[in-house]
Amino acid sequence: MSLLPLMMRRIVLLFLGTALALAAQAGEAGNALENSPGNIRETTLDNGMRVVVKVDRRAPVVVSQLWYRAGSMDELNGTTGVAHVLEHMMFKGTRKVPAGEFSRRIAAAGGRENAFTSRDKTVYFQTLQKDRLPLALELEADRMVDLALPAGEFAKEIEVVKEERRLRTEDDAQARLGEALMASAFMTHPYRRPVIGWMDDLRHMTLEDVRAWYARWYAPNNATLVVAGDVEPEQVFAWARQYFGSIASRPLPVRKPQQEPVQAGERRLIVKAPARLPVVALAWQAPRLSDPAADRETYALEILAGVLDGHASARLNQALVRDGKLAMSVGADYDPLSRGPSLFMVEATPAEGHAVNEVEAALKAEIARVARDGVSGAELARVKAQVLAAQVFQQDSLFYQAMQIGEWITLGLDYRDQQTRLERLKAVSAEEVQAVAAKFFVDDRLTVAMLDPQPLQEGEGVHPQSGVGGGHVR
Amino acid sequence: MSAKDLCMRLLAAVLILAAGPACAGLDIQHWRTSQGARVYFVENHDLPMLDLEVDFPAGSARDSRELSGLASLTRHVMVLGAGSYSERDIAERLADVGAVFSGQFDADRAGFKLRSLSSAHELEQAMAVLRAVLTTPHFEAAVVEREKARAIAALREAATKPEIIGEKAFSAAIYGEHPYALPEAGEPESVARLTPESMAAFHQTYYRARNMSLAIMGDISRAQAEALAEHLAADLPPGEAAPPIPPVTTALPGTQQVIAHPASQSHLFLGQPGMTRHDPDYFPLLVGNYILGGGGFDSRLMEEVRQKKGLAYSVYSYFQPMQAAGPFQIGLQTRRETTREALRTVQEVLARYLREGPDEAELAQAKNNLVGGFPLRLDSNKKILDYLAVIGFYQLPLNWLETYIPQVEAVTRAGILDAFQRRIRPEALSTVVVGGQLGEGRH
Repeated sequence: MSLLPLMMRRIVLLFLGTALALAAQAGEAGNALENSPGNIRETTLDNGMRVVVKVDRRAPVVVSQLWYRAGSMDELNGTTGVAHVLEHMMFKGTRKVPAGEFSRRIAAAGGRENAFTSRDKTVYFQTLQKDRLPLALELEADRMVDLALPAGEFAKEIEVVKEERRLRTEDDAQARLGEALMASAFMTHPYRRPVIGWMDDLRHMTLEDVRAWYARWYAPNNATLVVAGDVEPEQVFAWARQYFGSIASRPLPVRKPQQEPVQAGERRLIVKAPARLPVVALAWQAPRLSDPAADRETYALEILAGVLDGHASARLNQALVRDGKLAMSVGADYDPLSRGPSLFMVEATPAEGHAVNEVEAALKAEIARVARDGVSGAELARVKAQVLAAQVFQQDSLFYQAMQIGEWITLGLDYRDQQTRLERLKAVSAEEVQAVAAKFFVDDRLTVAMLDPQPLQEGEGVHPQSGVGGGHVR
Repeated sequence: MSAKDLCMRLLAAVLILAAGPACAGLDIQHWRTSQGARVYFVENHDLPMLDLEVDFPAGSARDSRELSGLASLTRHVMVLGAGSYSERDIAERLADVGAVFSGQFDADRAGFKLRSLSSAHELEQAMAVLRAVLTTPHFEAAVVEREKARAIAALREAATKPEIIGEKAFSAAIYGEHPYALPEAGEPESVARLTPESMAAFHQTYYRARNMSLAIMGDISRAQAEALAEHLAADLPPGEAAPPIPPVTTALPGTQQVIAHPASQSHLFLGQPGMTRHDPDYFPLLVGNYILGGGGFDSRLMEEVRQKKGLAYSVYSYFQPMQAAGPFQIGLQTRRETTREALRTVQEVLARYLREGPDEAELAQAKNNLVGGFPLRLDSNKKILDYLAVIGFYQLPLNWLETYIPQVEAVTRAGILDAFQRRIRPEALSTVVVGGQLGEGRH
């Protein structure tokens, strides 16, 4: 019914997007999802490609996602952004399917399709009536091995990607702050580089760079197909074998650990960009989830994020925005589900008349208060209630259910352990929350980024050429 | 009639999906509460949860220029203290039962969404909060002052962003003195004039039972839904039904504005008033716009501007159907140096489309997507709730979704060309460019 445009495509997921979003939900804790063994089935093809099927018969619809375990963290200096550029080029034709035809055929089947690149992976997806699934699989298999990468298409598409970077980053003060924060919080780990790539690298990217990336990572043994919807698993397995089975596996490059050293000393940076309000963002090194059964601190940190920012009356908003009137907005973000190192981030936009330093101190004081006095039983129960309810709510989205499975596999984890994670979150004690608040939030492992807002340059103004003017517009 | 029966009937009627059952009809139940609120309900027990949306005709089109922003801030402050609940209580009581509370606001509509577990304790606690928010908001002076300051700061921040500057100038250009020209969140100066009294008065005028439409989707019975709706509206006086929003009579003469901005990209907006929710040209414009700029990579704008020339990441056109004629808008962003080239490309695509309309292949592709994709529009409780809310608020026929496929199928090339030629007038088209001057160029 909506006539709004289809959403912009070939999305880059920028890590800090969520961290700087205002009023974040208590969401991280809500990532758990119950997987009753009955409705998830899995097989591995002879060439090493994994196929996972989640049956959900609520609607005659199917979601198909093909996950490649190759994201911007697998890139090398000088060619940052190549994972995302290849993602764009994946729509530019194979020997059998001309440029643009992939999208046209899916659309003609009533489908929606897109792709996104993140730090950890690249994902291609289609949503269709359930009977149209073979079309999606056939097209995906074709472009896994037979991509044309025509030079003329590359020359235009690299310009599109540069426009995307201008739109999402260059002209967005908060995105530039986030990019600079990542580049400082990580010294050695590739998370320091933006998913979309540095502009200079995009300027100098060649078709050979893109071809090399494709040859390096696009192999069935580096891919997982996740299908969710009103389908028969055995039938999906059969189709997967039919379309992907003949693609040969290839040796994958060795992945270097590129461990980020423990930070020894606070880092501070300032970003100047056109804006009106300053922003202060704090990021502490924090653990990622590596062993769902044995890990403890990641769960306690997730609960802490909920205590700080799980709802409008949670600690940060109540203390800084409502009671103290120090800030216009606040947020906290912690995502332990990543291939590389995690950060625990808090941020705020100071209210007029309050300095960033004052607001930074207030943010730290709220965490220190947890470390000193702990959290109440009511706060703990509230966050857990949100976790449990979110687990039910997530089942409303086929796409999200498939995302969860793909995410866990990409991390090298067993997706069945999502249930383990839920149990562990429920078991987190007030003492554990207090303990992680005391342990991880030390200045030596902190990076502080500040947005120093700059006025728009002189000479701007309105130049109505005729008719209705807009003289009030700056 | 069950949803499945309806689905099969619908399929039999159109015969385009040889592959089998592929749609879900909706069994929409509709009634009024004793206070006069309209209720739209779909019962579904697949998941133990309930989604609910309540809407009032209390959007920014009800504002005056003097108090622009009143409608938006009233809705916002309603959830910050109500009945026996303090500001703090409200979010805590909802979080205690895992409920997700949000709101929606545009020129026509203002209201709230609630997603809750359907178990009795959780649902009752969440509903009690929503009822208080609707009927007895506090509009406490200190809270209003704080939220005014936040709103003003946000407006000033937004006024630095080229996309916001452009949207605002575009609305002003195409709507002139019509209330759709008013910015949804107001202006810093007008927000500064708002008072708790003005908000309470706005609430009393528009948040009334006869204005209320309630959409409910999920895991409760009809009897429970009736009781829930009755309870929610019980303390709302019937009130007066809001007057209709004045029609957008005739399109203003088109204007061209260039607003300088230091951003690396120019943001371009072209358009004019478009269509209403009950528009007789709804389907020709819907299908026709898919081909022009609504169908993503199937669209001419995407093909010419992005695929052939690499001038933009995003380029689109849409009709936003509203109570009165909502905007028809084309938009894109391009680097400063290519502003003129991108604008000319868009103008050429539009002019040719208005001259020739779509070809048969384009029309077939659009129909295939819109018809074949129909089941995807109803594959979650959330999406169904959104349709229910629109059908309820705009009082569309209850069988609107059943008629969707046949209506799309019935659209012809000639029908699209005729509708576009009557509705999109080159002399009425306004253009706003924020960023690079049109005079800048590579040459």
